[in-house]
Amino acid sequence: MPSHSGIRSGGRSSRLHPGAWWLWSLALGTAATRTTNPLLLALLIATSAYVVATCRPQAPWARSYTAFVKLALAVLLIRLLFAVTLGSPLPGTHVIVTLPEVPLPHWAQGIRLGGKVTAETLVKAFYEGLKLATLLICVGAANSLANPARLLKSLPGALYEMGVAVVVALTYAPNLIADVQRLRAARRLRGRPDTGIRGLLQVGLPVLEGALERSVALAAAMDARGYGRTADVPPRVRRTTTALTLGGLLGVCAGTYGLLTAEGGTYGLPVLLAGLTAALAGLRLGGRRTLRTRYRPDRWDTRAWLVAGSGAAVAALLTLAATRDPAALNPGVIPLVAPALPLWPAAAVLLGLLPAFISPAPLKEPS
Amino acid sequence: MIRFENVSVTYDGAAEPTVQGVDFEVPEGELVLLVGPSGVGKSTVLGAVSGLVPHFTGGTLRGRVTVAGRDTRTHKPRELADVVGTVGQDPLSHFVTDTVEDELAYGMESLGLAPDVMRRRVEETLDLLGLADLRDRSISTLSGGQQQRVAIGSVLTPHPGVLILDEPTSALDPAAAEEVLAVLQRLVHDLGTTILMAEHRLERVVQYADQIALLPSPGAPPVLGTPAEVMAVSPVYPPVVGLGRLADWTPLPLTVRDARRRATGLREQLNGRDPIALQGRGAVFDLRLPPRERDQPQRTRSRQQSTPPELAGAHALTVTRDHIRALHHINLTVTPGETIALMGRNGAGKSTLLNTLVGLIKPSAGEVNVGGAVPHRTPPQDLVRRVGLVPQEPRDLLYADTVAAECTAADTDAGAEPGTCRALVSELLPDIPDDTHPRDLSEGQRLTLALAVVLTARPPLLLLDEPTRGLDYAAKSRLVTLLRDLAAEGHAIVLATHDVELAAELAHRVILLAEGEVIADGPTAEVVVSSPSFAPQVTKILAPQQWLTVAQVRRALS
Repeated sequence: MPSHSGIRSGGRSSRLHPGAWWLWSLALGTAATRTTNPLLLALLIATSAYVVATCRPQAPWARSYTAFVKLALAVLLIRLLFAVTLGSPLPGTHVIVTLPEVPLPHWAQGIRLGGKVTAETLVKAFYEGLKLATLLICVGAANSLANPARLLKSLPGALYEMGVAVVVALTYAPNLIADVQRLRAARRLRGRPDTGIRGLLQVGLPVLEGALERSVALAAAMDARGYGRTADVPPRVRRTTTALTLGGLLGVCAGTYGLLTAEGGTYGLPVLLAGLTAALAGLRLGGRRTLRTRYRPDRWDTRAWLVAGSGAAVAALLTLAATRDPAALNPGVIPLVAPALPLWPAAAVLLGLLPAFISPAPLKEPS
Repeated sequence: MIRFENVSVTYDGAAEPTVQGVDFEVPEGELVLLVGPSGVGKSTVLGAVSGLVPHFTGGTLRGRVTVAGRDTRTHKPRELADVVGTVGQDPLSHFVTDTVEDELAYGMESLGLAPDVMRRRVEETLDLLGLADLRDRSISTLSGGQQQRVAIGSVLTPHPGVLILDEPTSALDPAAAEEVLAVLQRLVHDLGTTILMAEHRLERVVQYADQIALLPSPGAPPVLGTPAEVMAVSPVYPPVVGLGRLADWTPLPLTVRDARRRATGLREQLNGRDPIALQGRGAVFDLRLPPRERDQPQRTRSRQQSTPPELAGAHALTVTRDHIRALHHINLTVTPGETIALMGRNGAGKSTLLNTLVGLIKPSAGEVNVGGAVPHRTPPQDLVRRVGLVPQEPRDLLYADTVAAECTAADTDAGAEPGTCRALVSELLPDIPDDTHPRDLSEGQRLTLALAVVLTARPPLLLLDEPTRGLDYAAKSRLVTLLRDLAAEGHAIVLATHDVELAAELAHRVILLAEGEVIADGPTAEVVVSSPSFAPQVTKILAPQQWLTVAQVRRALS
């Protein structure tokens, strides 16, 4: 079949480390929190969307981007809705519409229902909603660019089994949805309406039963394939591991407490660091108990550095710009002015496009 | 390699042992087939080898099972993982990761093999099983046969000495099944792998077995012997053996090739009667000829005054789902009293066609009508009186926690007289108490219960999706009788199936689908005789005469 012979543009060996994608997306998200300028936010969304469009593989999990975009839109709309109904203390002058105000008892003073809706309130709510939406879209980009399951596989050995548990749980969500759809369809075959909330409730039990059965079958299969085999570790090492981990965690707690209280300023930081070191050593030692090896682990190569670096650069530059020129990054709403596109921060955001040019083209998956 | 020493297994709460007196040995490099009717404990015996019984399932195992010298009492399944590979009935519940390559590596990662060894074995296994093109694919997008091969591959990579397979070909179409069996044979012949396998579809596997262990009935000790010996006494046997028993051939032939060599005499004997061959299907066939005359009872039953001679039909039907064309330009008519078998590969569009006929899927173009109504626009309450579908997983239709409650609900849903469904159940399954939980029924009983629930509304058109999956020969022949009676009453039946023997016994007409298009549509004998993968065994043995089933031959001879 010509469609999948030919030169394969992407393969396992050319795949980017999932951590790089997550760092890049989270950095873009961080950048989004630094500004409320709608033009910059739109540019950030466009950047992430372009990279997703060029780099995302054709796998089922990669389709989550649209879901995140829809979620972001919903968040934006809800934010606007709140601004309209609840009003805001913003002293605006451009009244768009005046809603009837609901009188509230005195203990609810400070909350207003209805009343004047000003353009300033709406614009402000839009800016803030857009900021949140951008953050969500960036997380969505990470989800669709890098398989979350692969990221979990990069966990240290001692945490591996926990990682597998999470991966299995993650794959269950889509299965559960498919089950619900199938059983709701089956209701139609019984002559019952297949829509409505009652239909959903009645299939609940069979769906859960099915999910339980499937997990038991999977657990059996995993057991039979050697999941949870452990190496023999001398009891001394085992005890040391426990002591290090527990002691380390205690140290982390004590250190954090110290840092947060006034008296502990002196011992807080050293105890925290010591606790962290002990806990990490415990994890590393605990890794000896697992026999596992890794099949073709994702390598952190130059491209991964560049992708993560481009994201970090965007975040750093926008943070810098936010301190240097707060007015451009957070355009005021009183008086109401059209936001201007600050040139340098905009150029900085465009750095985030780098992955689109250096990362491998998406894997074509014939279906 | 595998040694059972006087093994018996009793599950918690069960009065009797599920299996007992199991005492045999599977030598290294042999393929041993475990056969027997449903519910005799085949899965229990298989589970005992991998240690899942009793470590995972609970229960008490008496006696001793050793695999490659390791006692399963002292070794947990995970400690046997490097010598035993297990593939269960449903490959989907076996997968831990999401892509083919990761899945192949998973077992080796658990065992802690060195990365370079893993890499080499993954590449070798990809080639061995013909999966190289699929290595980066996500498992959920693969077809049934491909998934089964990945599941087998995923337990092969740690190089186990023993492979345990529970019904590896039941869910597969004939071609995919051959694909999987070819791989198994290669493993036994070239790599010396020991295989213990249970399978209902004996016609597919019996010729590959070196020995057969027969569990004749629940609690009875297994009978071990060469395939020909065991088949002579087995309560379950493929059609080739059935024909051999009928013609008194000894030793019994197990392959179509063996049987053909012996069949010269039989063919001569049958020669003059060949013209009767098609009508030899007798009563059922005749019913189809004058469908219009039998319209009368049909009409009263479905409460429709103007039943057209065409009971259901599709015209230029096209269905596109997720940018994939599942059905393309399908024309179909179903008349009362006829039985149609839909056949074709996994993913050819059989289930989609059935689902479109009950309105679960909306056609993208073209028309569908069932009893004069457009299925996807008809409210479900009306639709159940026109068409009923028993889905691939009959359990999906059952919600209640007792058979009686299920029946009451079915009466209400269908608007039928109270007791209608229960009467049907009693007729079809005489010895089922009211308070049985549908989950505790056997596969065949559950299918029959779902069928009764669907029939409560008396739909003139009955659709079945893969009805014989997981059924043994006895359950299958009960189903055949049942469906024949329904067809004789005037029900039109459309069944999607991979089971060529079932289609041969039951169907008047066979429709072959490939890539969403109809590639053949005609009387069963004409369509299946000319197809190498869809021809039943009896046809292959007696070709060029057009016999389809052992029963036909028996009738012709008597």
